[in-house]
Amino acid sequence: MDNPNQPGPTEEQVAGLLAALPPVPRGWTEAAQELPLLRQSLDGLVARAESDDAFRREVLADLEAALAEVGVEPQPAALAALRARLT
Amino acid sequence: MARCRVGDPDGWRILVERFSRYVYAICSQGYRLGPEEAEDVFQEVFARAYEQLDRLRDDAAIRPWLAQMTRRLCIDHIRARRQDDPTDVEETAGTDATIEYLDEALVVREALQGLSPECQDILDRFFARDESYRTISDGLGLPGGTVASRISRCLKRLRDQLEHMGRNDRH
Repeated sequence: MDNPNQPGPTEEQVAGLLAALPPVPRGWTEAAQELPLLRQSLDGLVARAESDDAFRREVLADLEAALAEVGVEPQPAALAALRARLT
Repeated sequence: MARCRVGDPDGWRILVERFSRYVYAICSQGYRLGPEEAEDVFQEVFARAYEQLDRLRDDAAIRPWLAQMTRRLCIDHIRARRQDDPTDVEETAGTDATIEYLDEALVVREALQGLSPECQDILDRFFARDESYRTISDGLGLPGGTVASRISRCLKRLRDQLEHMGRNDRH
């Protein structure tokens, strides 16, 4: 695409570039988009972990159990959100 | 970006939509992660991005920032998987080339947003979703011949749009 003699990619190259970004598997994008809502449901857990180091270590050692205790399903998005706030 | 920084959920929604395919492609094409690992990295990237977005001073840096974070997390996952393997994970020239190609693909994807919804839909179906003429024809209620000619017309428009964007970038 940087050839100075050509103003842009050919149609064939454009087609190849479109194909390079296929859709994300169902549900992944939506889960990431829900992070702001998910974050609120983790606030209590995170606040306690930030004020109690032993509890923080316990949570980090078993994120799934910690999420289950606050009624959040331990899906990849929730695990990632909790880990991101505690590390 | 400004909307994300002030906690606007719609701003975040748009940001995730804009970069989700790119992050996924780095995981799956750049590092060949399987679906489970790719999903873990994908969610981890956006979770960290959400927490750290206010540290990003330059809006234009969002793409390389996300790319770098994705690369680092992919490598961490591969390292964790290979705990017993003494050979470290190496970044290859192939990975760099793949990610450069994905950067170009993202530019094309952004140019696509400048076309009509009909063109966006049919080009995405045919090239990115790999749908056949028949599937597109059934899905959109169009005759087969119209599908082919519309794809061709929309592809030309997309190329023109990219050329226009390139000219504007140079001026």
